[in-house]
Amino acid sequence: MSIIDSAKQTAQGLVMGALQKLVPLAPDSWIPGGVPDPLIARKHGLIGTPVSRLDGPLKVSGGAAFSAEYRFENMAYAALAYATIARGRVTAIDSAAAEAAPGVVLVMTHRNAPRMKTPAMFGTSGSAVGPDTVPILQDDKVHWNGQPIACVLAETQEQADHAASLLRFTYAELPAVTALAAAKAKGVEQGLFMGQPLRNEIGDAEAALAAAPHKVDRRYTTPRHNHNPIEPHAATLAWIDGVLVIHDASQMVAQQAQTMAEVFGLKADKVRLTSPYVGGGFGSKGLWEHQVIAAAAAKLAGRPVRIALSREGVYRVVGGRTLTEQRVAIGAAADGRFTALIHTGLSVMTPHNAMPEPFILGTRSAYAVPNIALNVDVARMQTLANTFMRAPGEAVGTFALESAIDELAGELNIDPVELRIRNEPDKDPTSGLPFSSRHIVTAWRQGAERFGWRDRPETATRREGEWRIGMGCATGTYPYYRMPGAKARLTLTRDGDAVRASVEVAAAEMGMGTGTTTAIVAAERLGLPLDRVEVGYGDSAIPGAIMAGGSQQTAAIGAAVIAAHNALTAKLLKLAGNDSPLAGLSAKEVGSDSGGLASLDDPAQRESYASILKRAGRDSIEVTEAGSPPLEFMHWSMHSHSALFCEVGVNDVTGEVRVRRFLGSFDCGRILNPRTAASQFRGGIVMGLGMALMEETQFDERSGRIMNPSLAEYHVPVHLDVPEIDVIWTDIPDPHTPMGAHGIGEIGITGVAAAVANAVHNATGRRIRDLPITLDKLL
Amino acid sequence: MSLIINGVAVAPPADPRVSLLDHLRETLHLTGTKKGCNQGACGACTVLADGERILSCLALAVQYDGRSITTIEGVGQAGALHPLQQAFIDHDGFQCGYCTPGQICSALGMMMEAKRGLPSNVTSDLTAAVTLDRAEVQERMSGNLCRCGAHNGIIDAIRLSVEAAA
Ligand code: FES
Ligand code: FES
Repeated sequence: MSIIDSAKQTAQGLVMGALQKLVPLAPDSWIPGGVPDPLIARKHGLIGTPVSRLDGPLKVSGGAAFSAEYRFENMAYAALAYATIARGRVTAIDSAAAEAAPGVVLVMTHRNAPRMKTPAMFGTSGSAVGPDTVPILQDDKVHWNGQPIACVLAETQEQADHAASLLRFTYAELPAVTALAAAKAKGVEQGLFMGQPLRNEIGDAEAALAAAPHKVDRRYTTPRHNHNPIEPHAATLAWIDGVLVIHDASQMVAQQAQTMAEVFGLKADKVRLTSPYVGGGFGSKGLWEHQVIAAAAAKLAGRPVRIALSREGVYRVVGGRTLTEQRVAIGAAADGRFTALIHTGLSVMTPHNAMPEPFILGTRSAYAVPNIALNVDVARMQTLANTFMRAPGEAVGTFALESAIDELAGELNIDPVELRIRNEPDKDPTSGLPFSSRHIVTAWRQGAERFGWRDRPETATRREGEWRIGMGCATGTYPYYRMPGAKARLTLTRDGDAVRASVEVAAAEMGMGTGTTTAIVAAERLGLPLDRVEVGYGDSAIPGAIMAGGSQQTAAIGAAVIAAHNALTAKLLKLAGNDSPLAGLSAKEVGSDSGGLASLDDPAQRESYASILKRAGRDSIEVTEAGSPPLEFMHWSMHSHSALFCEVGVNDVTGEVRVRRFLGSFDCGRILNPRTAASQFRGGIVMGLGMALMEETQFDERSGRIMNPSLAEYHVPVHLDVPEIDVIWTDIPDPHTPMGAHGIGEIGITGVAAAVANAVHNATGRRIRDLPITLDKLL
Repeated sequence: MSLIINGVAVAPPADPRVSLLDHLRETLHLTGTKKGCNQGACGACTVLADGERILSCLALAVQYDGRSITTIEGVGQAGALHPLQQAFIDHDGFQCGYCTPGQICSALGMMMEAKRGLPSNVTSDLTAAVTLDRAEVQERMSGNLCRCGAHNGIIDAIRLSVEAAA
């Protein structure tokens, strides 16, 4: 990381720090969410009824166009060549054979690539979404094994791939840190997350641990992971009349367009990025080198370009989750109450990025403990920049913490569910803030009842033939966030005696069901039937910037739509004028209901949207408004929770683990669409099962190269690995969030690996502290 | 020479290196068939060749001269969906939808395999007619990956369709 980037991060940290001191002290009513969203009180509308995905018919018939399925006239196909050393310089390039190969349009390397700015790294400004600080094809330097060092354009993909294979590079290698031990030997630094140190100290945790009558003190490790969305990263782009048009697969549409504009020195409106369908993202569908290279090649060749990364290419260009080594130590009194909690350890990043895996985030608010020590150190290795992957921090942090609690429960001979409930905090143990909504005990009780937890066998006692059977549980957790920058554009258009509404948000839909949920919420808020509402998203031409990350998109959209709806109400009242039944009422005194505005005191005093527009001689009315500043999560401690239950069979002969049953009991505010929400929960749990049992990005410590860059060698759960997963939820609204809802895209994966590991221990008496739990570790 | 794609005769590619998958997607613009790995590991590219499921990324287009290929576009279109496609919607058997065409084509091929009595790794009685219970469907569909984790919905949608067809 450059000095400038460090300075920017520090400055951002200072601003955040100041806000974080002031916001907690402010009265509730000053804070967004201080007055509950009126939709929370509405119990019998669309919200909470299961609705099928609105884009379902297109997706099941192959009609939804993904980024590599757009076409431009005269389009060329791109193929990349990747460096085979971890660090050094490219000293010679033999491209003669490639250039002479049939169909080749262009060979682009650092020698002929147009001059471009390095994309500003993620977090250095509101719109910066660059992966690292490495210049893209601007010099001869190699920073990781797999870095793109050349791009071939040809008339067909086959010709491009073949020509790329003919390129020959000569390198001058430099020493590189590619082994973890070597990285640690070079020294570690304090890990920072969003500019703030990943460190908390309350009381004297080491002394309290030493004095505790009961304790565990263990080390847990998790490997590197890759997101592996089934759609490989791709972009189809063209320069059209000075505008760079990109059909991309993006979970940060507006920010990516903005960053691309900066790279090419363009005004923001000279990049148009669309991404209506994204074939899975999980944190990975952002800006990486391939889009920049394709846009540069398109510029140089004067041709539109399709760049569709091969599966191996995705592993070379798109970073994954980094590894962690964690220590969790818990001291407890005989009654099980915790007296000390230590969660510290190491994460790895690169010299050119700033993303440690923040595995202590979930621990900060988890349990009532008087003495707490949390810390993340960082070592640096010369690899592709790692990045956020579904629940960065919590996914792996909960494995360590929740395994340790299970170990302690064994020590104390207390039921692990009871042990957790006994240590339930009444306010946030590290920030001291009140919780906005925390019903985890309800989730535990409901889950335990439904799963049949009381039948859990004594450790290593239950068998069925050659299978040992066991049950385990764990808590999952993920914070409620809301990022600034979201806007919503609401348009009502007259259609005879009724109206149609359009809601446009610069959001991304990767299968979470955002499009459908946004339509449901907007219909409810406007008092219109669902089929009268159309949702636009996935286009940088829509105002505002929303990111499908941090499980915050639903809240960001929700708050922007609230603001737009308020503005629309005011504008409509003005338009309605003195001849309206609503005359004399202020915007605060009316609400939307049954296709119009009505007095809150006397719903019979009303006028329909269509009538207001008609009388004013208008066909339509449009407002664009930004959501309130997101301050609520600095005023309250805001989190989602889950209580997870797992039953496994472990084969005595082969060591194979099979998950037989799984239940997730969630406390995530109000559920907006039960059908898509259940899929989000299950999808997260399935990815958690993968993390528990099979997923690992294998990294060659000698060469710094990923060794299993394919779906054949990086194992993800397949149908036979996935049991029927039961999901239930408390459905208790959070009074301080839009709609009373929390984002639920990431909570599902958290805690799952611990629930599996704890079940494996219950089945076999064997404690596996190193993920994934493969059979060799159980033999 | 011609391939029959969804009932229409089309010319094979001039370049023999072109896979059936790329021919469908890049030449014929039938992009409903998806590319997830291009090396036979994910099942996203599954299509039916004379009713049998194949991985179109591992098939050269020229090999299929004279054969009849059905892609997701030929299974059913929005407005006139195949019952299995509707079942995927009803059971939320997808999230991003990228693996979905492959899952659906694969399931159709699988049902015909079961009808022909082909056993799987989990079939206990090799002499009896195949019953597509949950374990059988899970085993037979395991070549189709889904990273969104829609497995439960996919299996439910397929089993319901199998029952409805029985
Ligand atoms: S694209 Fe053919 S199996 Fe993955
Ligand atoms: S629905 Fe996204 S991969 Fe299956």
